[in-house]
Amino acid sequence: MNEAAIQSINVWPFINGAYGVTVLFLIGAAWATRARYHRARARLAQAEQL
Amino acid sequence: MKESALSPAGPARSSGWFHYFANPGRFQRVARLTLPWLAGVALVLTVTGIVWGYWFAPADWQQGDAARIMYVHVPAAWVAMAGYAALAVCSFLSLVWRHPLADIAAEEIGPVGAGFTAVCLVSGSLWGKPMWGAYWVWDARLTSVLILLFLYLGHIALIRAFDNKAHAYRAAAILALAGAVNLPIIVFSVQWWNTLHQGNTISFTGGSKIYITMLYPLLIASLGFYLTFITLVVARMSAAISERKTTALLRAAAECTP
Repeated sequence: MNEAAIQSINVWPFINGAYGVTVLFLIGAAWATRARYHRARARLAQAEQL
Repeated sequence: MKESALSPAGPARSSGWFHYFANPGRFQRVARLTLPWLAGVALVLTVTGIVWGYWFAPADWQQGDAARIMYVHVPAAWVAMAGYAALAVCSFLSLVWRHPLADIAAEEIGPVGAGFTAVCLVSGSLWGKPMWGAYWVWDARLTSVLILLFLYLGHIALIRAFDNKAHAYRAAAILALAGAVNLPIIVFSVQWWNTLHQGNTISFTGGSKIYITMLYPLLIASLGFYLTFITLVVARMSAAISERKTTALLRAAAECTP
């Protein structure tokens, strides 16, 4: 590993990118799962009333 | 559903506890009670781990701030592998005992596990560029994790490729079990081959090569990611069971209509 080369690179865009992708995935997955869960329960409640 | 799962003496019989907890109705009740708590703890631990890693953990003496990517990359990698191990276990249970809950679990683990694997690959690629000078190298560790992503995608596609769900679950379960051979390859790839990827840093048998101020946020983020994975899978399984019940009720209502 070339330490001098590492020092000369601004690593923050790479760090921000990695954290951004992770946070977007976690929020997206949580939102999509929550929406599906509530929609499924609401439809089941409607079907049980038939 | 097997008879033992519905039997009043189910939990007391040999392996009865297993069938007891594999009952979809009972799973729905347990999931409804535990999901808010699971989600709350997962959120707190994940946010704590990510914030600690991004802002407060010390920079590495050699890699500098780039090592902060570790706090999202390593937990995602661990969850991706643990998710596939869970998928293989569910597939085994599905093939041997034909538990409907094992099939549902396998179906719902696939997309979540694929997501964590993709996060692992993208964050690793963004870590590789400043460290190795390349986003991607055909290194043994990277390639075996890419194969893991393809196995997840193959499992998702196979389940959706059959009109007959029972055939789909059986084919996907065989693929998942065959693909489990990739897990030890991922773990030991850094020992078996000369790789650009660094060796194992954490050891549960002693000799970890990471200082405590970096280990704590890593473990907290990892626990948060594991709980997030479990929460997402349990919620998706619960939704899938509700969707099946709805379909069955609507079909029954349609058949009763003169």
